[in-house]
Formats: sequence, C-alpha cells, structure tokens
Amino acid sequence: MKAGEPRIDFDTDWTYSPAPESKDHIGLKDRYDLFINGEFQPPKNGRYFDTINPATEQKLSEVPETTQADVDAAVLAAREAYEAGWSRMAPSTRGKYIYRIARLLQERAREFAVIESMDGGKPIRESRDVDIPLAAAHFFYYAGWADKLEYAFPGRRVRPMGVAGQIIPWNFPILMAAWKIAPALATGNTVVLKSAETTPLTAMKLAEIIQEADLPPGVVNIITGGARTGQMIVNHPDVDKIAFTGSTEVGKYIQRTLAGTGKACTLELGGKAANIVFEDSAIDQAVEGIVNGIFFNQGHVCCAGSRLYVQEGVAHEIIQKLKDRIATLIVGDPLDKNTDIGAINSKPQLEKIQTYVKIGVDEGGTLYQPRCDLPEKGYWHPPTLFTNVSQSHRIVQEEIFGPVLPIQTFRTADEAIEKANNTPYGLSGGVWTDKGSKIFKITKEIRAGVIWANTFNKFDPSSPFGGYKESGMGREGGVPGLLPYVVLV
Amino acid sequence: MGKRLDIRKTYKLYIDGKFPRTESGRYYKWTDPKGGQVLNICRGSRKDFRDAVVAARRAFAPWEGRTAYNRGQIIYRIAEMLEGRRDQFEVELTLQGATRKEARREVENTIDRLIYYAGWADKYQQVFSSVNPVAMPYFDFTVHEATGVVAVIAPETSSLWGLVSLLAPVVVGGNTCVVLASNSHPLCAITFAEVLQTSDLSPGVVNMITGMRSELLEHFASHMDVNAIVYCGENADEIKMVGEKSSLNVKRVVTLTDSGWNRKTAQGPYHILKTQEIKTTWHPVGI
Repeated sequence: MKAGEPRIDFDTDWTYSPAPESKDHIGLKDRYDLFINGEFQPPKNGRYFDTINPATEQKLSEVPETTQADVDAAVLAAREAYEAGWSRMAPSTRGKYIYRIARLLQERAREFAVIESMDGGKPIRESRDVDIPLAAAHFFYYAGWADKLEYAFPGRRVRPMGVAGQIIPWNFPILMAAWKIAPALATGNTVVLKSAETTPLTAMKLAEIIQEADLPPGVVNIITGGARTGQMIVNHPDVDKIAFTGSTEVGKYIQRTLAGTGKACTLELGGKAANIVFEDSAIDQAVEGIVNGIFFNQGHVCCAGSRLYVQEGVAHEIIQKLKDRIATLIVGDPLDKNTDIGAINSKPQLEKIQTYVKIGVDEGGTLYQPRCDLPEKGYWHPPTLFTNVSQSHRIVQEEIFGPVLPIQTFRTADEAIEKANNTPYGLSGGVWTDKGSKIFKITKEIRAGVIWANTFNKFDPSSPFGGYKESGMGREGGVPGLLPYVVLV
Repeated sequence: MGKRLDIRKTYKLYIDGKFPRTESGRYYKWTDPKGGQVLNICRGSRKDFRDAVVAARRAFAPWEGRTAYNRGQIIYRIAEMLEGRRDQFEVELTLQGATRKEARREVENTIDRLIYYAGWADKYQQVFSSVNPVAMPYFDFTVHEATGVVAVIAPETSSLWGLVSLLAPVVVGGNTCVVLASNSHPLCAITFAEVLQTSDLSPGVVNMITGMRSELLEHFASHMDVNAIVYCGENADEIKMVGEKSSLNVKRVVTLTDSGWNRKTAQGPYHILKTQEIKTTWHPVGI
C-alpha cells in the first residue's frame, strides 16, 4: 500500500456479544495446602497469601507461604521416594504413571483452562487451545521415553541425578510445570517444584491429579511461595539439580549460588527476539505473525518477538497494516472466548510495562496505541507499538515482558542479522520471506535457540526449546530435554 | 672447533596466528625438574588474554562457517604435523619429568585422539540432530551449533594429551578458543601452537597463553565475550570462583579432572556437545 491510497475502514457498528466461558464447572478451594509426600499439609508457620484474579482484582484462593522447615520436609520426602524405589522402578512402570498424569490432565482440561485464565489473566482461547493440551502432550511425550532411554544416548548408559528442585515462572504455570516434571520423572528423578507467586493454582490442581494417579508419595512435591522459597530450594544441600525458568537476573544468581557445589542446573531465561520481515514476504501473514509474536499471552513470553525489523521497502505498508490490525484486537475479560489480549498478570508487572512505555517516550520513540476501552477493574495494557527507535533505546535492549513492540527498519540481510544478534540474549528469533534459501541463510545466522520462519511462537514436546548466550543453558523438550536430568555413565 | 653450542628456544605466546611476547614484558622462571635447565616463560597478562578473545571472536564465524568435512581435514592435518614432530615433543615431555617411554606413549595417544575427533567433525550432527514429529503442519528440525569463544583451562600435569583432549572437541565443533596453558608444564603448549600454525588452522581459532593460573583464571571466567569455559583441575576454590564469575554472562561451565585420560569415556561425541548450542527451526508446511 502506498502513501495516499485509500485504507480499509475498520469502523463498524458491529460488536461482539459477550461469550464468556462458564465458571460453574471448576473446583476451587478457599485455601490450598502444600503437597508434600503425597499429602496436602499446612505450612509449618500457618501463614498463607492470597492469589487474585488480575482481571477483577478479586481473591480466588490462598496458598501457603512455604518456610524452610516445609522445604526441608519436601526435599526429604523427595529423597526418600528416590531411594525407596522411584529411581529403581521398572522404567515401563514409571512411564505408566506419567501416562496416567497425561490422561487425567486431558480429562480435566476445561477445569484447568478456566482456572489458568482466572489466576493468570490469559485469554481462555489460549489456555484452552495451547497451555493445557501442550502440558498434557509433554507428559505423554516423556512418558514414552521412560523405558527407551538407552536409545536416547548412543554409546552410553544413564542414571538419574536424584532430587530435582524446580522453579517455574508465572506466565505459563501448568505448561512450565509439565515441561519440568515430565522429563524429570521419565528419567527416574524425584521432584520438589515451586509454583510462581502470582499463579499457583493450576500447580495445586496438578498435585490433585498426581494424588489421583497414585504416584508413590514424595515422587512429586509441590510447594508455593515467592523468591525466598525459591532461594531455599536453590540453597538446599540435598537437592542434586536445579531447573529454573524465569528472569536472567535470577538465573545469574542461581548459577553464582550453585558454583562449586557440584549441583547441575538448567536455566531458561529472558529473551528479546528479533522478528525480521523481508519485503518479499507474504505481507498479511507476516502482520498476523508479528501480532502473534508479541501479543500472545499479553507479551508475557520469554521468546516473544519483541523487536521487529522490517525491510525499508515495505516498512510503511507493514506498519500501517499493523496499526490497523491491532485496532481490531479485543482487550478484556480473559474468560471471554473472543478476547485476544487478557489481563496483565499482576500489578507490579503492569507498572513495569508502564515504566518501559514511559522510558520509550522519554527517549524519543514514537508511541502508537489504538483506541481501546479498558475495563475499570483489573490490570490492563493496550497493544503498543514504538517507531523511531534505535538499537541503543532501552525498550529495544531490555526485556519488557508485555504487549510493547519497538519497530526498526533495515536495508540488507546482513544489516538485519547484525542488528538481530546485537543483544546479550539468544532465546528465539523470527524471519519472514518467501525465499527458501534466504530462510536458511537467516535462520543459520541468528544466534538463538529457537527460530521460527514464516510463523512464530509454536511449541511442541518433541521440539527442543532453550537459549544461547544470556538466555540460559540446557534445553527442554525433545531428546535434549532428557539430558539435563541424567548422568552419562 | 669445540662442542657445538645448542640454540635455546624462546617460548612465546600464540595469539591470532602470531607468536608475540607478552605485552606486559613479564616472565616467570621455569626449571626443568631433572636437569635444572632454566627457561623464561612469558607471563601473559589480562591484556594478552583480551587480545586473544578479540582474535578468537573474529575467527569464530569463518571457522564455524567452514564445512564440517573441511574442519575434519584440518584436525587430521594437525595430527599429521604432530606425527612429524614426535621427537621434539618427547624431548619436551622428558624435560617436564616424564620417562622416555611415558613421553612416547603420550605423544602417540595425543595423535590418536586428534585422529579420533577429526572423524567426528562431519558425524556428530548426524547422530544428534533430529527432525521433530510435531503435532502440527510444520517442518521442524534441530541441529547443533558451536557456542562461540571458549576459554580452556588446560590440565596442570597432562600438558599434551590432556590439553589436546580438551582442545579437540571444542575446535572440531566449530568453536574458537583461548587456552591457558599449564603453569608448571608450559613447554608442550607453545610447541603445540607451532604445530597448529602449520596445520591450515586459521589465525585466531586457537590462541595459547602462558602465565600464572592464579592471576589469569578469574579473567578467563569473567570475560563477557567468552561463551563457555572448560576448566580442568580439582581445586575447589578455583572451581567455585570460575562458576561464580561465569554467571556474569551465563557462561557454560565444563569441569574435568586432570586424570584418567586413557579411560574409554575420556573421549567421545558428548565432549563435543558440551560446547554446542542446540538450535530448533520451524517452518509451516503447505502449498
């Protein structure tokens, strides 16, 4: 589209009727307890904290503030379960338990999807179609590996590491729990998992499933809490391995803390993915991909396409189409099936995003936000674009973790690659072009662990995920996802 | 004419395909434990190391970009060059305290290890890469790639076989590196650099620094443009410090012990994988 050409008129009298997913099917208790040694038990100090619905600011339930004594009990239970038999159990039996978890999760998919959206603020469309099916798929995938490990590592045998301490983030609670627990169990480890402070509920529901599946007590222990509880796990002397997904800052703390202890660690940390659009790409598909890349899950995605690079010849057209497209995005009730962008996960996160938007403006970026009626209650942020930014702008360099997209242009492929790689992160990247040979050139040159060509934000349990450089170490998913949980002998 | 006066070798650093003395002008005295021959060894500085990292970074893309076949050929060429200079290494190893027989075995084992890894250059991707059966209409494959610039802290006692056992899997996988040679057994490292220099290896792919481990180790671990560190040793304080400094830029840390170089597991493709990243690429399938 050239300047001056008539634009599509998106104004219409038609509006979507509300299409909320019903909440009456779900079972949510007023209070959850720690899941230790196969039983729900109250925290030693009796203290709980609220978990709220970020779309309404209403309390959903409360979960324990885990103390050192609770962490000790969870690690002890995991150690005893490990020694008592999980590590020596017939691998095919281990696999069967994991299959059970997968099936139970499928059976209760709708309940999980609704709770995930209520606790985290993500659109029901995403929790229903992405989070829950993928979480179940991870259990299925790794269940099948349990009795086939001799095929995973040619020339070597493996043994489990022992007790795995696992710390998951708030953006994909049940999916991250599945990513962590499934490969750990398949390889014969036992687990102490800490859910995120703001989104603990589906992990507690997963504990119910683990109980239902009759998993031997202590094989999986699930605790709740914030950064301090995480520290207790990282520092616990009887934990053999740490698996962490979260910020690069905390990842560095964990690596520093574990130095010299002999404990293994996998880190899935932050990102600032370049999404590169060439002028020979299918423009409309690219625009959809850009939207999916940055606005999926409100932009609370470590691998989000959070830096857009558009080739100069099509920059005007793409930016215009992008503005038109985001004007049609529906921001609002996460439980409504029409919602595209749900609630920001927490108040601090909303404030962080707002701070970055302000920084973007203060540093000279040009802000674009569509007209957007945001609900009065809850934490909301409109989809946001920035043009007139350069590599040195903070919103280009730093991870925002929200629906904010800085846009830059480039002329040559080499320039695009150089700009894409100009970051300490290396988690993901995207490229849009109709030319196959160009795809292979660009995907090879981008220094990142996952590259999407002519698509974005796709995940699958058979497909390894993880970062280069400061985006972490180790992979989750696929055969490489088994490696961090075994010792080669 | 009396007895011929022998020519003594000046041991220098190896940076970017050249053999400079240390920019600091410092040295340390090295004494042959038996004969008492005294040599001056370059006491490399932090600046030497940083120069070497710049060279290694510059060399990385071209080295990684070579075909796997070509990398294998060059590693094989290193073995050929070493084979041709066996005597020199045997002399140096005996100077460093080995018996003649031990020295001969060590040189032979080193050559064989290089040949072993040369053969992996164009095979490990085939064994460990995958096409992933994703549950969507996408073509999705996973390959290994070099992690970048690797700092290699050489074994203190196994100055040739151990050194090459660390170095070969790093380089065969497409990484470039800066090696901190053994403090107490530095001779083989520099002479091995001469072998590398005549083996078609591009400048900067391997750089060799001699000096004090106690002084340089923290700089090897804390440099922000180094992607991984392979540490050989058992010193608990050093291991802790390396891990802590490496967290500054999330370096991959590989820790090995300076023993058991003849074990079956001392070589293998998993050593290559330790300094590899794993890249997954997705593309839609359709018409």
